[in-house]
Amino acid sequence: MNIDFSLLIPEFILAGAGFLVLLVDLILPKAQEHRRNVVTAATAVLGLVVTGVVALTTQMDTSERLYDGLLFIDRYSLLFKVLFVGIGIAVIAMSVDYVAQKMNHPGEYYALILFAVLGATLMAESGELLTAFISIELLSFSLYVLVGLSRGDARTAEASAKYILLGAVSTAIMLYGISQLFGALGTTLFTEMGPLLIGAGAWNLTMITGFVMFLAGLGFKLSMVPFHMWAPDVYEGAPTPITALIATLSKAAAIALLLRFLAEAGAGSGDEWRMPLAMLAAVTMVVGSLSALPQTNIKRLLAYSSITQIGFVLVGLASNSVIAADAVVLHVLGYAFTNLAAFTVVVVIELKLGKESIADFAGLSKRAPVLAMIMTGALFSLAGLPIFAGFLTKFYLFTAAIDQSLEWLVVIAVATSVISLYYYIRVIREMYITETEEGSKLPVPLLLAGLAWVMFAGTIAIGVFPQPFVDAAHAAVTSLTPWAIY
Amino acid sequence: MSYSERHVLETLIYLPMLAALVLVFVPRPQKTLIRWISIGSGLALLVMSLYAFVAFDYDGGSRFQLQRSYPWLDQLGIAFALGIDGIAAPMVLLTGIVSLAGTIVAANIQRDNKDYYILLFLLIAGVYGTFVSMDLFFFFFFYELAIVPMYLLIGIWGSSSKFKDFDRPKEYGALKLVMVIVAASLLIWIVIIGVHVESGTGSFNIEIIMASIDHPSRFSGTFQSVMFLMTMVGFGTLAGMWPFHTWSPDGHVAAPTSVSMLHAGVLMKLGGFGIIRIGMMLLPDGLQEWALLLFIIGTINVIYGAVSALAQHDLKYVIGYSSVSHMGYVFMGIASMTAVGLTGATLQMFAHGIMTALFFTIVGGIYERTHTRDTLVLNGLASKMKWGTAFFVIAGLASLGLPGLAGFVAELLVFIGAFQTQPILGALGVLGAAITAVYILRLIGRTFYGDRDPKWDNLTDLTRREFIAATILLIPLFYVGLYPQPLLRVIRPGVDAILAGLGL
Repeated sequence: MNIDFSLLIPEFILAGAGFLVLLVDLILPKAQEHRRNVVTAATAVLGLVVTGVVALTTQMDTSERLYDGLLFIDRYSLLFKVLFVGIGIAVIAMSVDYVAQKMNHPGEYYALILFAVLGATLMAESGELLTAFISIELLSFSLYVLVGLSRGDARTAEASAKYILLGAVSTAIMLYGISQLFGALGTTLFTEMGPLLIGAGAWNLTMITGFVMFLAGLGFKLSMVPFHMWAPDVYEGAPTPITALIATLSKAAAIALLLRFLAEAGAGSGDEWRMPLAMLAAVTMVVGSLSALPQTNIKRLLAYSSITQIGFVLVGLASNSVIAADAVVLHVLGYAFTNLAAFTVVVVIELKLGKESIADFAGLSKRAPVLAMIMTGALFSLAGLPIFAGFLTKFYLFTAAIDQSLEWLVVIAVATSVISLYYYIRVIREMYITETEEGSKLPVPLLLAGLAWVMFAGTIAIGVFPQPFVDAAHAAVTSLTPWAIY
Repeated sequence: MSYSERHVLETLIYLPMLAALVLVFVPRPQKTLIRWISIGSGLALLVMSLYAFVAFDYDGGSRFQLQRSYPWLDQLGIAFALGIDGIAAPMVLLTGIVSLAGTIVAANIQRDNKDYYILLFLLIAGVYGTFVSMDLFFFFFFYELAIVPMYLLIGIWGSSSKFKDFDRPKEYGALKLVMVIVAASLLIWIVIIGVHVESGTGSFNIEIIMASIDHPSRFSGTFQSVMFLMTMVGFGTLAGMWPFHTWSPDGHVAAPTSVSMLHAGVLMKLGGFGIIRIGMMLLPDGLQEWALLLFIIGTINVIYGAVSALAQHDLKYVIGYSSVSHMGYVFMGIASMTAVGLTGATLQMFAHGIMTALFFTIVGGIYERTHTRDTLVLNGLASKMKWGTAFFVIAGLASLGLPGLAGFVAELLVFIGAFQTQPILGALGVLGAAITAVYILRLIGRTFYGDRDPKWDNLTDLTRREFIAATILLIPLFYVGLYPQPLLRVIRPGVDAILAGLGL
């Protein structure tokens, strides 16, 4: 049994940094709000940077299974580790001005973001159901607290209560599903489950119930239809940087876990679960895009749009092939950049105008031309138009799906793309075409402007120079056992 | 190939992008500088386009010329591969001519001309990219890139229409145009991926896929049939195909002058070009199955567009519907599947692109002076706008197919091709040309001649810029009408290669 703790050094650093942030917060005098905010944020970013650097320098060629396969330390987990660290840094950068203006617990806030990143990282590494479950809980608990951290707003209270209650239920369902799977198969290790699922009679009722319940629990994290009801309310009520964290980190981590699970345990028995998953993908895309149409709040709009995006990811997962897995990972990368760009703009609007309805974007092209341009780019990327990431990643996903004879699903996917373009264009119309009398320039905080530029550049980079990103995704995907042979 | 021949096609894409990038860094108040940079880039584009056209070796050269390929995404078999054949070469030239005229006319834009030119150059880059891409991924990439800026160009700088009985805000035209074209383009998306997967070549390169079609087991009849229908609707919508044409008049009316010029002049041609590129080249059996339908729809386009134009009294709506009508000849030429007809279709795309751009130049000029496009109000402008009238009349005569102008040669070839295959539909097409003569002459008579309303007494003639733009468009109109050989020589090998692929 491999119990080489040195493989977990990045995770130790991350956890240590979390506690360090709490400690720094404790030491610094209470009165100096601003200083506490900046120092704790800087500590957290430093912790993330060190984690990322250590992981990148020591684990580039590592392919190890810790504790008989409870945790996988491989290229796949490394890619997601780096992605999560990046998301963590971006969200913290997004938060500094927000926390200063709207919240009063900087230490807890930044520490919890670090713990959420840790949970997400462990999810991408898990090779076993219970380990996966514990990682999910670490991520979820951090998010439960973060969502409710800015008190005093009725919407926040509602969001927080809804998130915790529904989250708890979904956890219970997932745990029950895991117990069923264990009962049916006698193991919770992904790699041991794989061979047991091939062959007649393997997919008996107990097994299927367990699988469905596990998927339902994960589906909640993914906001997959029909487990998506919480998303719009929580997106709207949570502090906006935390909304960004939920939209990117928690979604990406759930996808990382699900892709590894389906690859290690399910690749051989794909025909059993592909069609149900494809149908879920179809329903998710349709419901997500149609529900977005009447929205007037930008955060709710982005919530429904992220549901649609998850539908696209499910198209890739249902295709069950190496190209499709490449496409899924690539889509997650593009989706993270795009959403972080969009949310950065939303944060600025919220901080400067105190509101976040779509109508408040009116005249943004005059008041903050750069922000309007970046928002337009992000929305076009979400709609899947060139030169942005969304175009390429969707093209990749659809190619993979048609390659696996899922033409009907691609037809639905492109139809929802048209619908989604309509509501993205509404936001663009507000920014560029609607005339407003209010024409004063919006002061954009430097940090937020820089962050928006970086994310915007990333969105274009994936869309125009995809080769390095695809290479990284492909290296990650081929480190998963069933596809290592390709 | 010489150095310049190797790089000319990619320059056609990079140059407008570079112009857009340079403009990003020019301060907003420097309006004159922005104008000169843009017009200079437009001129450079025309020169490069002419060069590419002349460098095309029409006898003895290979099918796709000036080829260039860069690796882009190995895993998916996508390469940044460029090359032009006999169909694409005239389109490149057309884009060059209309782009220069468009950038000159756009100098009239006062409000935020920086942003306007940036978006205009992105559109131009998209159009060039679509014409010169040999890789189907990039073909689609640039196709979408050409559509996206339209929304903002029309939505911000466009003009709303007010009539007695109905209003058409500019956002309506912009949204309708973008939504309809993007929706249709998604059919193309499916076709491109479908063709790629079905060919089993692991490549998106059109030459490689075409090589695989010769293999008898590829592309079953059903596959081609379904895919061709999607291609026809997907590209046809952009080309103004009935009954998916309604975005076109509304979009043209709402668009600012130079966008109308580029849109009707070049962008709609992407539709016809796409049907030839993907429909004819990659799905030959599908075309043969649906040729009659395409023929009938083409004829409906001709007649329906002409009759609708007859009923309009807004200058831009008349031109918009006449575009629908003229694009019908392109469909007829393609559907005839004869060398003459297809040559005529390609030439018609070229000729119509030039004449519509000329129409919109003058109509835009009139609108800027009078703030109306209603022919019931406009009359007797000829005495005040001598040059404007002259240009408009020439464009009109080209439109109704007067010999000596480009439109005549193109329509004649289409009719010959049509009569060889479907004489009845061909005859109906000629009827459409007759209706065109009616509405064009009536329009000219009403607007430019007759008694002048005193409120137009202070009207000024074309400005120097407008005059230059119109002249740039006028030259090829006469040149091709009187001496079409240079174009035909280039088109012919492309057409022959395509017909060989059809087994004809």
